[in-house]
Amino acid sequence: MKINRKSMYGYLFISPWLVGFLIFVLWPLIQSFYFSLNNMRITPQGLQFRYVGFNNYLDVWLRDMFFIQELLQFVLHIIVRVPVIVVFALIIAMLLNQKVKFQGAFRTIFFLPVIVVSGPVIDQLISQGATTVPMVNQGVIIGVLTQVFPMWFAQVIGELFNQIITILWYSGVQILIFLAVLQKIDPYLYEAAKIDGASGWECFWKITLPTIKPIILINFVYTLVFLANSSQNTIINLIYMNMFSATRGYGFASAMAWMYAVIIALMLLIIFFVFREKEGPKRARKVKRV
Amino acid sequence: MAVPKMRNPLEFIKSDRFTTKEKFRIVRAKIARFLFGFNDRAGFLLRLVIYTLLLCIGFVYLYPMLYMFVTSMQSLEDLLDTSVNWIPSALYTDNYARAYSVMNIRDSLLGSFLIAGAPTIFQVAVAALVGYGFARFDFRFKKLFFVLMIFSFIIPPQILMMPTYRLFSNLELTGSLNAFIVPAALGQGLNSTIFILIFYQFFKQTPQSLYEAAEVDGANQFTCFFRIAVPMAGPAFIIAFLFSFVWYWNETYLTTLYLTSRSNDLTTILLQLQQFDQNFAAMYPVTENSPHRINEGIRMAGTIISVLPLLIIYFFLQRYFVESVDRTGIAGE
Repeated sequence: MKINRKSMYGYLFISPWLVGFLIFVLWPLIQSFYFSLNNMRITPQGLQFRYVGFNNYLDVWLRDMFFIQELLQFVLHIIVRVPVIVVFALIIAMLLNQKVKFQGAFRTIFFLPVIVVSGPVIDQLISQGATTVPMVNQGVIIGVLTQVFPMWFAQVIGELFNQIITILWYSGVQILIFLAVLQKIDPYLYEAAKIDGASGWECFWKITLPTIKPIILINFVYTLVFLANSSQNTIINLIYMNMFSATRGYGFASAMAWMYAVIIALMLLIIFFVFREKEGPKRARKVKRV
Repeated sequence: MAVPKMRNPLEFIKSDRFTTKEKFRIVRAKIARFLFGFNDRAGFLLRLVIYTLLLCIGFVYLYPMLYMFVTSMQSLEDLLDTSVNWIPSALYTDNYARAYSVMNIRDSLLGSFLIAGAPTIFQVAVAALVGYGFARFDFRFKKLFFVLMIFSFIIPPQILMMPTYRLFSNLELTGSLNAFIVPAALGQGLNSTIFILIFYQFFKQTPQSLYEAAEVDGANQFTCFFRIAVPMAGPAFIIAFLFSFVWYWNETYLTTLYLTSRSNDLTTILLQLQQFDQNFAAMYPVTENSPHRINEGIRMAGTIISVLPLLIIYFFLQRYFVESVDRTGIAGE
């Protein structure tokens, strides 16, 4: 009897969220899928639906000139940027984790962009060229890179340098997450390793990295979701444009949004896969050796 | 080899306790220890490297802000003059005056505070309730709901955008504050999942015996929530308030969708910044030899004005922002 009453209270407390989820997530999700199967026209009498099956999806891939192009760009950006952001956040967090004076001041600086950053502000800064480091000459870098790598890759790297500050600005939250977990690692672990003659380098690979592995995964996912939903993203603007365009409309835009979601889900799966794959065999080997 | 203590270098060199060769060795060991460190103490070189790196990265982080500030203080002559790079030749605030008038500050500031403030109150209140529900009670499908909550954070909002927009316009919610308050009050506001997780983590950590004692004394669940849980969750409330406020303030995606699709009076500072160039052109029409051309200085002044309220908030309350990550429990426990 008591358990029943308790679970009733549980439902009562989460009921606002549950209602919200049904109205603002689940129902729109179903509707959006239904839209994507239809050709929708906005007429004075209201919306007109014409069932077209999966034609919208075909159109997204075959007829739209920009989608595949933007998608490739986006995937390339993600592949380059997400690891850069995460690795960079880890390095800064490790630096801050030393016994550094003014640690608070540095944390304040590194977190500042999270507060300030928003679509229009970033747009303004990029258009003024305030997001490039003035000392780095981009032409030289690209020149060197094109000799070693194929052109498209060199361009991606060049752009990375070009946008280095924006990229750094996106790593504020990740730095703090890493810092929080680094400070929770038991110092005795390091002491024991040091006594056994491990160098700082070995400590990093054998103690730090395995301990924070789940957090690296979290940071990867966070960065990916954040980049995918940021207003700098051209695909989102493309969807938005199609949504209000006279010839395309909701149906087409919905199909595009779904395809975009599938791509992001695939990337998330890849990230999960990479992180799980490495953990499995290693543990097994360790057990065997013991 | 033992290295003796050395209080005064001159006295040490003059003293007769060691031979010259020994002195040489001791000094060398001392320098090596100073540079490379020993035992737990980091050496001078390592510390030098760490501080240099941190300072460089810190500079890179601050560079856009500095650039923004400096450019906004420069007059047109300074902007064109290549010899003026960082320090404006005179104190020049006309840019601010112009940006101020273009951005329609009084209305947009009020709008921004409304958009950021009102949904935040609902969002935080509901997140506390839901977090408490998840943390304290066991019920069927709890795990499923939890996963669904995280799922709703990860799915791209673009999928939901169109049906939600239609729903809102059918309910006559668009163009008003309600478009933000209603989802927030139902736990689907901006990043609501994160706030629910913060409260969940917080209420998990409070000792269960407190609630049990209250229940024995005859308190019902709501008394428990309002008299025990809420008073103890002060820091969580502050964090949730601040972040929710900042996120709603910086939100332009939803505001563009819900507020500008129909002409109305509610506007925010960031929407004004987004349309800065058009508004400027409308206000100061470009004519021959017009002195009122838009330039980087004016744009940057507008940008500074739009981030200034947040900067002030951050300056006073940065402790809560920075410590917040520890509280979310993301980092384990």
